[in-house]
Amino acid sequence: QLYYQVLNFGMIVSSALMIWKGLMVATGSESPIVVVLSGSMEPAFHRGDLLFLTNRIEDPIRVGEIVVFRIEGREIPIVHRVLKIHEKQNGDIKFLTKGDNNAVDDRGLYKQGQHWLEKKDVVGRARGFVPYIGIVTILMNDYPKFKYAVLFLLGLFVLVHRE
Amino acid sequence: LRKNVEDFTGPRERSDLGFVTFDITADILKEKCIFDWNVKQLFLYLSAEYSTKNNALNQVVLWDKIILRGDNPRLFLKDMKSKYFFFDDGNGLKGNRNVTLTLSWNVVPNAGILPLVTGSGHVSVPFPDTYETTKSY
Repeated sequence: QLYYQVLNFGMIVSSALMIWKGLMVATGSESPIVVVLSGSMEPAFHRGDLLFLTNRIEDPIRVGEIVVFRIEGREIPIVHRVLKIHEKQNGDIKFLTKGDNNAVDDRGLYKQGQHWLEKKDVVGRARGFVPYIGIVTILMNDYPKFKYAVLFLLGLFVLVHRE
Repeated sequence: LRKNVEDFTGPRERSDLGFVTFDITADILKEKCIFDWNVKQLFLYLSAEYSTKNNALNQVVLWDKIILRGDNPRLFLKDMKSKYFFFDDGNGLKGNRNVTLTLSWNVVPNAGILPLVTGSGHVSVPFPDTYETTKSY
């Protein structure tokens, strides 16, 4: 009985992992779904909105697009809009971003001495979104007790359900 | 959708800085009822696209505006100055005859896909061969 439960649990976890990895391959992004963490893109996106990204190399970066990028050395991805691009013949591109709700562009956010972003900083391009759903992730982050409660309940549910 | 522009370049230490003034007349509702049930807002932006010796492709957003559902969909903007500095990465604006201005918009739905649409029609702005030294902006 216990063996069966453990196997079942393992199946669920590995299916979820497969779906996630499959999404990563299909979209070309290491993080195909992100949660909006700040209000810098309001009124389009609010904290807690979920964004679906693609990061296909064939898609050129153009102004007006909403990109999710990481600043070198920082973990938190930022969701802003491309304001300027300068692209060379060979495809090398450098670009500047700005949050819709911010008064100034992002140069102040970049690394010391860094004036532009490059392709390697991009996690993906926002192609679609669903509002509010990501709020659960933010809650879990801000209130660790909530996270443990959720995990505990999930575990309980899986175990009890198998009886 | 119609744009009229006037322009001149200003000297800056190492990079060309362009000044563009423009008019925009737009009637958004005409574009096949763009504000359908799933549209929350439109992010409009005017961008300049051009090539230079340094870079094969340059795109710079000069101006943008957010139009929320329920806002007046008609735009009558005259003598607008660009919101953002039109810096080139180098000196590619001087004498550049082929700077194209296009109006585009990002449709933000209540939920779903985020399309980027480019308006039909664009305006070409030729930049002069000399720098202006004391034009007030």
